[in-house]
Amino acid sequence: MQDTPLNIVQGRDLSFIREVEAESGQKVSNCYQCGNCSAGCPAAFTYDLQTNQIMRAVQLGLKDKVLNSKSIWMCLSCSTCSLRCPNNIDVANVMETLRHMARRENRVNVPVMNKFWLSFLNTVRAFGRSFEIGTMVLYMLRSLRLTTDVDLAPGALSKGKLGFKPHVVPDGGAKAVARIFRRYEERARREGVRP
Amino acid sequence: MSTSMKIGYYPGCSAKGSSLDYELSSSEVCRILGIVSSEIDEWNCCGSTPAHAVSTELSAALCTRNLVQATKQGADIVMTPCPSCLSNLRHARERMQNPEFKKRVDELLDEPAPEVLPEATSVMQMIGKLCSAEDIKSHVRQSLAGIRIAPYYGCLMSRPAELMNFGDPENPTLMEELLAACGADSVLDFPLKTECCGASAGIPHRPLTSVNSGRILDVAVKMEADCICVCCPLCQMNLDLRQKQAERQVNAKFGIPVLYYTQLMGLAFGCDPKTLGLNKLIVSADRIVDRIRALNTARKEAQGGNAA
Amino acid sequence: MRIGVFVCHCGSNIAGTVDCKAAAESALSLPDVVYATDLMYSCAEPGQAAIEKAIHDYALTGVVVASCSPRMHEPTFRRTVERAGLNRYMFEMANIREHVSWIGKDKVANTNKACELIAMAVAKLRNDRPLHSQSFDVTKKVLIIGGGIAGIQAALDCADGGIPVILVEREPTIGGKMAKLDKTFPTVDCSACILGPKMVDVAQHPNITLYACSEVEDITGYVGNFDVTIRKKTTYVDWDKCTGCGACTEKCPSKNVPDRFNENVGLTTAINIPFPQAIPKRASINPDYCRKLTTGKCGICAKICPTKAIDYERKDELINVKVGSVIAATGYDLMDWTVYEEYGGGRYPDVITSLQYERLLNASGPTGGHIKRPSDGKEPKRIVFIQCVGSRDKSIGRPLCSGFCCMYTAKQAVLTKDHIPDSQSYVFYMDIRAAGKLYDEFTRRAVEEYGTEYIRGRVSKIYPDGNGQLIVCGSDTLLGQRVEVPCDLVVLAVGINASKGASHLAEKLRISYDQYGFFLEGHPKLRPVETNTAGVFLAGVCQGTKDIPSSVAQGSAAAAKVLSLFARDKLENDPQIAHVNAARCVACGKCIRCCPFGAIREEEFRGQLKAKVIDTVCQGCGLCTATCPQGAIQLSHATDNEILAEVNQLCQF
Repeated sequence: MQDTPLNIVQGRDLSFIREVEAESGQKVSNCYQCGNCSAGCPAAFTYDLQTNQIMRAVQLGLKDKVLNSKSIWMCLSCSTCSLRCPNNIDVANVMETLRHMARRENRVNVPVMNKFWLSFLNTVRAFGRSFEIGTMVLYMLRSLRLTTDVDLAPGALSKGKLGFKPHVVPDGGAKAVARIFRRYEERARREGVRP
Repeated sequence: MSTSMKIGYYPGCSAKGSSLDYELSSSEVCRILGIVSSEIDEWNCCGSTPAHAVSTELSAALCTRNLVQATKQGADIVMTPCPSCLSNLRHARERMQNPEFKKRVDELLDEPAPEVLPEATSVMQMIGKLCSAEDIKSHVRQSLAGIRIAPYYGCLMSRPAELMNFGDPENPTLMEELLAACGADSVLDFPLKTECCGASAGIPHRPLTSVNSGRILDVAVKMEADCICVCCPLCQMNLDLRQKQAERQVNAKFGIPVLYYTQLMGLAFGCDPKTLGLNKLIVSADRIVDRIRALNTARKEAQGGNAA
Repeated sequence: MRIGVFVCHCGSNIAGTVDCKAAAESALSLPDVVYATDLMYSCAEPGQAAIEKAIHDYALTGVVVASCSPRMHEPTFRRTVERAGLNRYMFEMANIREHVSWIGKDKVANTNKACELIAMAVAKLRNDRPLHSQSFDVTKKVLIIGGGIAGIQAALDCADGGIPVILVEREPTIGGKMAKLDKTFPTVDCSACILGPKMVDVAQHPNITLYACSEVEDITGYVGNFDVTIRKKTTYVDWDKCTGCGACTEKCPSKNVPDRFNENVGLTTAINIPFPQAIPKRASINPDYCRKLTTGKCGICAKICPTKAIDYERKDELINVKVGSVIAATGYDLMDWTVYEEYGGGRYPDVITSLQYERLLNASGPTGGHIKRPSDGKEPKRIVFIQCVGSRDKSIGRPLCSGFCCMYTAKQAVLTKDHIPDSQSYVFYMDIRAAGKLYDEFTRRAVEEYGTEYIRGRVSKIYPDGNGQLIVCGSDTLLGQRVEVPCDLVVLAVGINASKGASHLAEKLRISYDQYGFFLEGHPKLRPVETNTAGVFLAGVCQGTKDIPSSVAQGSAAAAKVLSLFARDKLENDPQIAHVNAARCVACGKCIRCCPFGAIREEEFRGQLKAKVIDTVCQGCGLCTATCPQGAIQLSHATDNEILAEVNQLCQF
């Protein structure tokens, strides 16, 4: 609701600020809103909230605004923001923390990003190593974007850049990796969060 | 080149697929420089961006398993060509020093990880550490002099600075030093050398990659670079395989070859372009190969002429 | 002994967390304490009157006041007890505010601690002895270090007040940074036009002796009597003969010398005069570039000089002067901004500092006042100014605000429009700090009348686009969007440090300095031009960032301090100094070697060599007393017995 003014007394979730600070290890009140993080962000043009606005919203404890934002999913983790922050805040770490928090609460506002990651991780789970064509196929099925990157296929295939067969970790290694995933998912379920 | 250090080699998944050429050229260059390593048994995917985007603990578990595998075969240090793998391995090793975090990760593994895990480094840093400029020079058969090279590291290799320990995070210079040892005298002061190429967003959000890669390609072309020199499989893919997408995005024509630094070093060492995987590049590097050859021949003739 | 104890409430400052009444009552049980009470404000007139009255009524011979830090009010209470007829050193102060009430909330614990501190003060007082100052002569002459606007103002004010001034300037000319500026904010009047007359006054004032190209080599002594050694660096030109005609500079064949005065934009000759209005207007040779000095071949300037002033053999000279007071006015330098690799780290020629831009604007600068960018000499049409480069940046250890950048950036944007009417300026800023008189109005004019675009956000990166333009990547945090400005020239408002070498000078002057090299004032509010070394005063940016009006005001303030110091014919020393017990001294000489003031010498005493403290030189630092293996040197008012009495008292609890 953009029209209603924010009640700065009641509209804030102070425990959210503490949680973000604890999990990221960053002190968000150190941010003085210079905007350097936004200025250098390669993904800024895809954001609904600029990085400094995310930081501001965290400072104010606006949990819904932050965790429902698209930006936290579009972040590329290049950490340009952290590198150039004049206040030594690891902004990329804050972004990743917010992404983890949103996922645990089952708020995924850019499903394609999530679908891509899951497709990638599915192949790792299956074979122990990532499998590029497998990732693509799974992603296309999940996202129903069946023409994704088809323009690249002829070049990549003719150069032998993409193998049709996955590389499976030998000697039971793949199974060991699958066990890591299984335990991870079981634990997430036990803890009542989205894996 | 001899060293008492036992190096465990971690190729990373793309080495077996989209960056086969990186794998070919870096193993060839290491062989020539006498850097001996053995591939880690049963290595698995580091999880790349998707794993840490989903969960730091999952990412660390996948990485830790590799570091443990390396330890089991007696490696003192793990070496990888890929900056993304390196970043994940280093992050995992650092985070595992926190007992609480380690406990959570150990729960995901078959058995708890040892307290001490081996360090990870890049092939580039290993070459820089073990080989002096003189060592490298001694292998050069055809100099890279006269080739205008735009060195491009991408965003992961040099940051976070404290973790990656790769010189100035805004202006690393190791690649330039290696190229200079190969005779390169026209390496550009490339201002976008550590800007992000758009990373793994190419599949789910193409413009994110094409806009950022497009800018890098655009400036390299305007600076009249003959080629871009990279050290990251993802950067290479975005700048080369996805170059056409970037051209459409920013409405320009680039046609600039994007080579791994190991391919350029291999060319300088006189390797057959095919053994360096140059045939796998989407934008052909033939004219770079030809130009290196032509410039070297011309120089030799000029020298011969002077002698006569 | 009859001791009175006064426990101060300091309003609620102390009484809020200390039971002052109980503390006073408990003091009554201490030995020799015959009177104790609590007072609302002991430093106020009624409080002091109460202390004086108690001294008379109870025939007190010593007083303890338990209140605040002795830093501000110890002198107050010493005068109080003196007025009542006691020796001023028969007084002790217990700090129960900074050390107790302000740092703890537990009233019981605080009161206990206050009682302990009072007991210690009483124990010390019982060992105190009356001390008496000695008076000594004053050399009524002042040394001013630094010939920028602050030093110039201080020099002129002192000289007008009849005090002989020695003005030492490191550079070949006085004028400092102000001489490099084109115009000054907020009036946009010509810097040289307002500074020039003052520089000429310095040159012509009968009371001012100017040493340019000179630095303070060494300084010893104490307030009223400093011995100063000045190194007059050789310029290879006899300045008594040089007339500043400039013939040498025209003929000098070494023409590719970086021009320091022009902030290294543009070139000069190996022998040069910094700028036309230089004071002194004398030529000097840069030995790194002079062909005669580097290769032995040339000598053209010597041949051409009509007064035969050139002397390639000329050496540095050392000059000794005696002064009674020193004013440091050493100014500032820009921080090394090349740490910003994201701005090119100094590798892009068209990314320059604001001081370099000032030279491009200046008619006496390398481009004759036409703005031409360094790379290709083209007139820039689009200029980006970036503020806070090296300021308010914790990531490089510089959280400070450099103070005047907001204002000069607005001025430079205005001047840019004046020079190039079809230009457009952009200013990236975080906050506009324009707190001076007519300052905010000025920045508004830059926007409203001169069309300067202010964009609120820091700049993440600058890169050349390969087509001769620079791309500035910033963000507009008010709009919530990334901003890119393709431009022809970028001007960085680079943050400031104290002048290079300021910390070395501070050590010579025995004054404190902070992490940026800025000298520490005596008190941040109430002693802004004094230092903690008597007789040494501060003026201008050497103390902390400030603009021209403030620097001038501080120059005058420092001069007033000197004049008031010199209004007396004799000064009194502080009697809290070291004394040698000749019977114990074995003349090992360790004290002489450790004394930082050279205040101890060997003297014959009944046929034997003994250490002897020169009363007026000793500053009472106590190093010698801690060093003496025999315990033969004692510091008055901090003797071993006095300190041990305090410790013993504390250990009883």
